[in-house]
Amino acid sequence: METQTVHHGAMFDTNELVINMGPQHPSTHGVLRVVLRLDGEKVVDCDVVIGYLHRGIEKLSENRNWTQIVLLTDRMDYVAAATSNVGYCETVEKLLQLEVPRRARYVRTILCELQRIASHCLWVGTHAMDIGAMTVFLYAFRERELILDLFEEFCGARLTYNSMRIGGLPLDVPPGWAKKVLEFCTIMEAKVGEYEELLTHNRIWLERTKGIGIISGPEATGLGLCGPALRGSGVARDVRKDEPYAAYDEVQFDVVIGTNGDTYDRYLVRMEEFRQSLRIIRQATEGIPEGPIVGKVPRLIKPAAGETYHAIESPKGELGYFIVSDGKSTNPYRFRVRPPSFCNLQGLRRLVRGHLVADVVALIGSIDIVLGEVDR
Amino acid sequence: MGVDDRKPPETPPTAAADKPSSQAPAEPLKGEVSRTDAPGAGASAAPPGAPRTEPPAPKPANIEAAVTATVSETSSATGQPTAPADPAVRAAAPAPKASGAEAAAPTAAAKAAPPAKPAPPKPPAGGAEAHVPKAAPPTGPPDPPPPADKTPPAFITTLQTAVPGGVAALSFWVGDWTIIVPVAQLLDVARRLRDAPDAAFDYLSDLTATDWPPRTEGRFDVLYMLYSTRHRHRVRLKVKVAEHQPIPSVTGVWAAANWLEREVYDMFGVNFTGHPDRRRILMPEDWQGFPERKDYPLEGPGELLMENPLDWLKLRQAREEAEIE
Repeated sequence: METQTVHHGAMFDTNELVINMGPQHPSTHGVLRVVLRLDGEKVVDCDVVIGYLHRGIEKLSENRNWTQIVLLTDRMDYVAAATSNVGYCETVEKLLQLEVPRRARYVRTILCELQRIASHCLWVGTHAMDIGAMTVFLYAFRERELILDLFEEFCGARLTYNSMRIGGLPLDVPPGWAKKVLEFCTIMEAKVGEYEELLTHNRIWLERTKGIGIISGPEATGLGLCGPALRGSGVARDVRKDEPYAAYDEVQFDVVIGTNGDTYDRYLVRMEEFRQSLRIIRQATEGIPEGPIVGKVPRLIKPAAGETYHAIESPKGELGYFIVSDGKSTNPYRFRVRPPSFCNLQGLRRLVRGHLVADVVALIGSIDIVLGEVDR
Repeated sequence: MGVDDRKPPETPPTAAADKPSSQAPAEPLKGEVSRTDAPGAGASAAPPGAPRTEPPAPKPANIEAAVTATVSETSSATGQPTAPADPAVRAAAPAPKASGAEAAAPTAAAKAAPPAKPAPPKPPAGGAEAHVPKAAPPTGPPDPPPPADKTPPAFITTLQTAVPGGVAALSFWVGDWTIIVPVAQLLDVARRLRDAPDAAFDYLSDLTATDWPPRTEGRFDVLYMLYSTRHRHRVRLKVKVAEHQPIPSVTGVWAAANWLEREVYDMFGVNFTGHPDRRRILMPEDWQGFPERKDYPLEGPGELLMENPLDWLKLRQAREEAEIE
């Protein structure tokens, strides 16, 4: 007969509990696995496991020629594919020392900003739904649809656009497109107010986001956070302003920064970025110049031997490409992407410590990740 | 100034405290494939899940063409006139043998032949383009020195005096400055660049590596893309390391290096020492080999069959016949 020892204090033991979240979990926005160590309901530590969506895009790109890679970059951040296209094409143009016509640069700016709004729409919808606000999800997807229609009219695709070519654009904007973009801006302006009405002063929203995941500016910089996650901590770092590309040096806009570095500030930064993006789109669409859409691209793209790093501001943050050409072959010798989601996700461990399990969901939403880009 | 580069840097506040430090510079890296079974530059590792019965065959550029080449070689050895360089004849040549036991022999021979020794080039033949051996693999980026009219930024000149020997060479290409740093001085240079008020590189944008297998002084370039949020300028550090050579982790200088170094370790097998949590990050823990090395095949053995639909059909037919029997 076995003897049983009865612990009278067993009910009050504070043993750490390890629970697993994901990889198939609706609030992880893809296939992200988070192993949480809990003390009661408080998160002591966590381990972020990624790689479930690893397709080896870097290795694949090293075996494709320069023009074919545009298509692969679509598959990284699939909710903002045009931005990835622009980043890649600009890096190759930098290697080739190629001048891009002004019209193409303006259209790129418009597409990038439309894409930012589409990505932020998806973010605000899913983030709000994670926290429990169902309505915003439906509203935001309704407006995202309008942007997808604009893209469909421009390049025929709605998700993976393949919408850029090295040296310019594959095709000119269709007639009447600019007018539709301006109409969309008017609609969207009002809708952003609608989202804010639902969330910004909502008491539940404030309770769930204020003071959650506070990170200071220097710490966020050291951790390599980027985009709205970094700007929410008060660091005025925006590639569009600091290292202008496309036509960002010819349009007026403000870099939005937060003060507290919590989930609420990151939310406010993105909401204000909606308006700044609309401001950029209006200026670029009204000032779009006439002219060619492709520069003097060599028939065979083969940059001279050398390497370069070029970064752009994707909706998630600094999207960088490091490309090495050996000068001999028609494919890059080394193709490396600096994915903003990857670097932001690294900060999750720091952010969730000391918070409740329910806040983990809010924090994953607040750093805005796309797993296709994290794993590549 | 001597620096002990094996000394782990101080653990950053965000680093893992509970994970054991995987600091083993002398031992081979976990997940590394022993290089004895790698026949040539074309294949070094097979992914798990590949058939274990046969060793990973190096992938010839084109099976059909390789078979043809073997056939034409044997015919010339027996004194018969060599097959004329006519695509139709060449394509028909192995056909009569397709039903015999001999048919397997040249195919196997072609499969076992290392890709470093391709069939002799026959310029006029159709399909021979795939055979022409590529130019010798590059031994490294040119790292062009800055032109005479370009003066390096002030922080580089002050760095040269502050860390003697820290700047092995300077390079300038399409607007990017690159400092080539010896491994021994890496941590000193990194700390100096972060802390010096004229540099203030507080943001590690990216950390990656490039593989140049034929290079003698170390096959990897480890690259650090730095950015300063105060001065809004960029610089790139480049460190050349050999395959097993330890390189100090910069997680103590920039906490952002944690995952980035894990990825470089995962993909290239660069031996970072003093890293608080050195594990694979994208590939599974038990993965063999380092996928982004240049000698790692793009496709596994299973995918080789998919490349040629006829091979695939033959295999399926053979399997069906075996099942009937």
